[in-house]
Amino acid sequence: MTAALSLRKVTKSFGPTEIIRGVDLEIATGERHAIIGPNGAGKTTLFNLISGRFHISSGEILLNGERIDALPPHQINRRGLSRSFQITSIFHNLSVFENLRCALLWSAGYRYSFWNPLGRQRELNDHAGRLLEDLNLTARRDTRAGLLSYADQRALEVGMTIAGGASVILLDEPTAGMSNTETDYAMELIRRVTVGKTLVMVEHDMKVVFDLADRITVLVYGQIIASGPPAEVRASRAVQEAYLGADFSAQAASEVAA
Amino acid sequence: MRGKYAWLWIAAVVLALAIPWAFYDFHTGRHSGFVISMLSQMGMMIILALSYNMLLGQAGLFSLCHATFFGIGGYATIHFLNAAGTGSLPVPIELIPVLSGLSGLGLAVVFGYMATKQRATAFAMITLGISELMATAALMFHHFFGGEGGVTTNRMIEHSLFGLTYASGLQVYYLILAWTLLATAAMYFLTQTPLGRMANACRDNFERAQFVGYDPRRVRFLQFALSGLFAGIGGGLYAITYEIVTFDALAAPLSANALLMAYIGGTTVFAGPVLGAVLITLLQSGVSLMSNSWLVYVGVMFITMVIFAPAGLTGLILAHRPIARAGRLGRLALPYVRIVPPALALVLGFVGVVELTSFLTIGAAQGKSLVLFGNRIDIHAAMPWIVSTVALVGGAAWLRVESRTFGRVWESVTADLTPVRA
Ligand SMILES: Nc1ncnc2c1ncn2[C@@H]1O[C@H](COP(=O)(O)OP(=O)(O)OP(=O)(O)O)[C@@H](O)[C@H]1O
Ligand SMILES: [Mg+2]
Repeated sequence: MTAALSLRKVTKSFGPTEIIRGVDLEIATGERHAIIGPNGAGKTTLFNLISGRFHISSGEILLNGERIDALPPHQINRRGLSRSFQITSIFHNLSVFENLRCALLWSAGYRYSFWNPLGRQRELNDHAGRLLEDLNLTARRDTRAGLLSYADQRALEVGMTIAGGASVILLDEPTAGMSNTETDYAMELIRRVTVGKTLVMVEHDMKVVFDLADRITVLVYGQIIASGPPAEVRASRAVQEAYLGADFSAQAASEVAA
Repeated sequence: MRGKYAWLWIAAVVLALAIPWAFYDFHTGRHSGFVISMLSQMGMMIILALSYNMLLGQAGLFSLCHATFFGIGGYATIHFLNAAGTGSLPVPIELIPVLSGLSGLGLAVVFGYMATKQRATAFAMITLGISELMATAALMFHHFFGGEGGVTTNRMIEHSLFGLTYASGLQVYYLILAWTLLATAAMYFLTQTPLGRMANACRDNFERAQFVGYDPRRVRFLQFALSGLFAGIGGGLYAITYEIVTFDALAAPLSANALLMAYIGGTTVFAGPVLGAVLITLLQSGVSLMSNSWLVYVGVMFITMVIFAPAGLTGLILAHRPIARAGRLGRLALPYVRIVPPALALVLGFVGVVELTSFLTIGAAQGKSLVLFGNRIDIHAAMPWIVSTVALVGGAAWLRVESRTFGRVWESVTADLTPVRA
């Protein structure tokens, strides 16, 4: 069976500095995969390469067995890969509802239509309405997205990412900056809306990571230093030394002890 | 323009239908030529401004060559009418604007292909280049553009769906009105389609649009092409009305005018440019009769709007909606009243200084003299200058004080209200 996503010897340089230094990664269909690593490790850059926002310097990226590393972002998206942004990226002057509807349009087959009045597209509007429900944003339906609270904007960001029904979802720190309750709620939301999909998530919150992930990849200075099931990664000496430090060791030790 | 504004649109249409009859002269049995021609001009300008706003307001594209498509629609229409007049083009005059629109569309496809590869500043610069290129082309290709003198036609082609001759300005006006309504409705419809919505989305965040499957370039291109279609229709109506099209119809000042009308009316609301077009045309027809300096006033108004009311007149009006909804409009009444005298002093003082200066320079050359309420004003005397300057400076200072008070009241009134989406 072909992997949902494979990266082969991927590198990326910005000028003279190599930010991604030869990444090999296979993510199976339906897997929940977490990518962790210190600040500046290149996690977001990796997402930018996979989603087509940047072009790779060398290597190969395959989505369901097909090369996508030379494609522009919109074409990668149309092939069923969708991503969210670490720094919220929404259509801030449009209403929450419009944001979701925009995220649905292409996958619903409307393309660049200038002959379908949106108000009459029953199925499309119902779908956007259901997404609002899922995201718990129904009360905010007509609010301008730019005026939402931070947590609501993050929820919308995730909502727009999953709206089009992509089979591979990349989430870049969806819970960053959220309070504990908000994080719990967001994770419960993410779990719910990504059922049956391949999920790749960058996350700093270790509790979230170990709760959710089937496999974890640790990225440090643009290289993978460990990749495998949570227990394996947790036990890895290299990981503890190179990155996770006292914090994690203590946590891991206490969890092992428990 | 949701359902609740329908009455406004209906009122506007009724007004547009009725106004010529309010200026009907029973002695001569004629409608006022001045009013009819002003109304006709408004129609074309509404189409121009609305189609410009498909770029500026709806897609966030700052075009400097919009008149190109208006102009090409105009020039092409002259040739269509000439061909129709000789019978070689079997199209009734009522449908000629379809061809005008297609001319605008055709050229917008070509130029749009280049311009919409870019966005933001680079886009604006390409459109500036296009505008220059067209200006030169218009002087080079004599057969089509007619050189300096332009091209002329006769609209009485004796081929009408309704058996009309279009000899009278009133008939032409109603033709323009019909096309203006049609074009406005079509442009409104477009805002409610996937393309229209994605144009908004790309304006807000073109990068995100890519990650929901859209190519922002393609969105820009289609939006640009369609806006050229409507500009072309506007140009066609221009050709039918004036029966002559010259360089003015595609040159940069008209592009600037499109921008001015859209901006002053408000780019964030669909109807904004309509208001802007009506207002600017009124100013142009009215003030330009009274004053040499009307462009100064338009310019100053534009600058004032850009600084103080970037959402235009409709934006200003809509800012009051949440206040009205909260039933607090009354609290603004007094501050508004208090702001009138200083504003009036400032405006009158400014007009005084501008007019005095203009009569000193241009007016003198034309041998005119400044007459106010039947009194000839000596522009070389000190008094008028002193009065104007005092009004201008005093008004400005006074207005500053009052606007602070106004600002405080406004803030206290709106503090706990959520802004309404335009
Ligand atoms: N467009 C760019 N041009 C130059 N350098 C860049 C660019 N984007 C990222 N970098 C650099 O690449 C490195 C990795 O950045 P990246 O954002 O991928 O890290 P990250 O792992 O996502 O970190 P964080 O946890 O803070 O989000 C950083 O040193 C950053 O400065
Ligand atoms: Mg990051």
